[in-house]
Amino acid sequence: MEQAKGRKKRRREKQHHEKRSWSERLTSVGYLLPSVVGVLVFFVLPFLVVIAYAFTNNSVQMDFVGFDNFKSVLSNSAFRLAAKNTAIFSAMAVPLAVALALLLAVLLDTKIPGKSQFRTIFLSPMMVPVASIVLLWQVLFHYNGAVNEFLSFFGVEKIDWLKSDYNRYVVLLLFLWKNLGYNMILFLAALSNVPTELVEMATLEGAGSIRTFFTIKLRYISPTVLFVTILSLINSFKIFREVYLLTGNYPYDGLYLLQHYMNNMFRNLDYQKLSTAALLMAAVMAVVIGLLFLVENRYGKDIDEE
Amino acid sequence: MKKLRSNFLRGLLFVFALLMALAFLAPTVLTVVNSFMTEEEISANYGVIFGTGETVTDKQGNTRPATQYMAKRVNLKLIPDKVSFEQYTTVLLKSPEYLLKLWNSIILTVPIVIFQVLIAAFASYSFARFRGKLKSAIFFAYVVLMLMPYQVTLVPNYLVSDWLGILDTRWAIILPAIFAPFSVYLLTRYMRRIPSSYIEAAKLDGAGEWQIFTKVALPLCQGALYSVAILVFIDYWNMVEQPLILLSDSEMHPLSVFLSEINAGEVGLAFAVAVIYMVPPILLFLYGEEYLEDGITYSGGIKG
Repeated sequence: MEQAKGRKKRRREKQHHEKRSWSERLTSVGYLLPSVVGVLVFFVLPFLVVIAYAFTNNSVQMDFVGFDNFKSVLSNSAFRLAAKNTAIFSAMAVPLAVALALLLAVLLDTKIPGKSQFRTIFLSPMMVPVASIVLLWQVLFHYNGAVNEFLSFFGVEKIDWLKSDYNRYVVLLLFLWKNLGYNMILFLAALSNVPTELVEMATLEGAGSIRTFFTIKLRYISPTVLFVTILSLINSFKIFREVYLLTGNYPYDGLYLLQHYMNNMFRNLDYQKLSTAALLMAAVMAVVIGLLFLVENRYGKDIDEE
Repeated sequence: MKKLRSNFLRGLLFVFALLMALAFLAPTVLTVVNSFMTEEEISANYGVIFGTGETVTDKQGNTRPATQYMAKRVNLKLIPDKVSFEQYTTVLLKSPEYLLKLWNSIILTVPIVIFQVLIAAFASYSFARFRGKLKSAIFFAYVVLMLMPYQVTLVPNYLVSDWLGILDTRWAIILPAIFAPFSVYLLTRYMRRIPSSYIEAAKLDGAGEWQIFTKVALPLCQGALYSVAILVFIDYWNMVEQPLILLSDSEMHPLSVFLSEINAGEVGLAFAVAVIYMVPPILLFLYGEEYLEDGITYSGGIKG
């Protein structure tokens, strides 16, 4: 309730801001300036060059070739494979990272003994250096590794985890192991902010705990759900680091990601293809983020009007 | 009866949580345990995986595997046969290169964390307090930029470093990282939760903009600043791609890169180095775990 009031008040104040004092204007612009200048110099301006590369034949002649680069990249089988794999991985990893973390958070939100110890343990993977995670995953999922050894007790034949279609799931496991903890912490914080009166009222009215979760808690923490989704999306791209250290420049099919493609184009000095691929990826991301923001706005309003 | 059932359910949940916790902890524990094993034990345990298959021919002309003895199977042991600090002494005393790389990691990561968070603190305050169409557009651009994998910004990074003449120096990594929009996005989220009544109250008390920022906003976001700093630190502490592309001189590479290059013969060392490398993040964690949970601390206890 208090939140709704706060929001309305903020809206009223927004109208006030129409006439800002000069010192406020100075703050508004001045505080943002260092960051914007840095972003312009190091990301945006050079990105214009990337756009130029994507529409020209090579970095020396720079003849305009229209969408030729896009045609050739989009019809390139390596690019297609990479785009497909990246999409599949993110489509699996992000929802799982959100849903499982939420499940863990709900679990720890009950009166369970040793809550803070559990929290620390679930966060611990964040501290392990990437290179050591990779080392451990090799020990576990190598053809002669511990997992196969363990499975052989049950008479399961050895599986070459990293060089078969299973490789995606091996990395998915790594991703979840690494990221669930922090996501869970964010959900726990959000859950603890759900007003207890609301939950109590619902319980008094006879709603079961599952129903209260879906009708009250989940809606209340929806901004956090979106936030965790965005973070998980970023992290699902960062998994390239582990994949690269685990399998090198040319992994088995299922793990050949867009980042591999771009890395290899960079090493071949094919800036045209690299820029085109980067531009395509940026475009897709802009659309995805736009959609996520739209959803967030919808949901935010939903709670506001209650 | 009902109580009995709920107790049973709770017990079941606890066991489930316990199993999950064990699975989460196991890799970390293995790393630590392995770092206390002797090189021989490591190569015996993991020979089937990291063994190079090298053989040695002795004086009699017999060939045997280069490693002294090797188990036929991989061996995950939770207790070393013999606790040894051999790996640690090698890393810390006998080979200065490791300490040098550790130092490289520190001088790359620390400035990035400090300046990224500092610049982001100002920017996010501006984003959170003063809104407008242009601001929203810029913020959206930041979010899109933040989501780009490193490989997308790889060419821009490389080009700018080249223009500025900082290629192959540490600045090529530090400067772009300082302006990475990640902390701006995170901090804006927290800054937006500062109740405007606090700011109004400060204004009524005659506080100027700078005072509102330093005396109201920053203290309220102290936890958020710390938790963002931890996240940024962990991210850059583990960087691999940037040094490989922007620093051709491997002398300057951080330990995170070097650790991934430790070859099969030195697996034992790798574990000890990993444990040493984990110390700074662990210290940061211990110091600020509660901040990670919820970035913002309202003295007034306002929630939501």
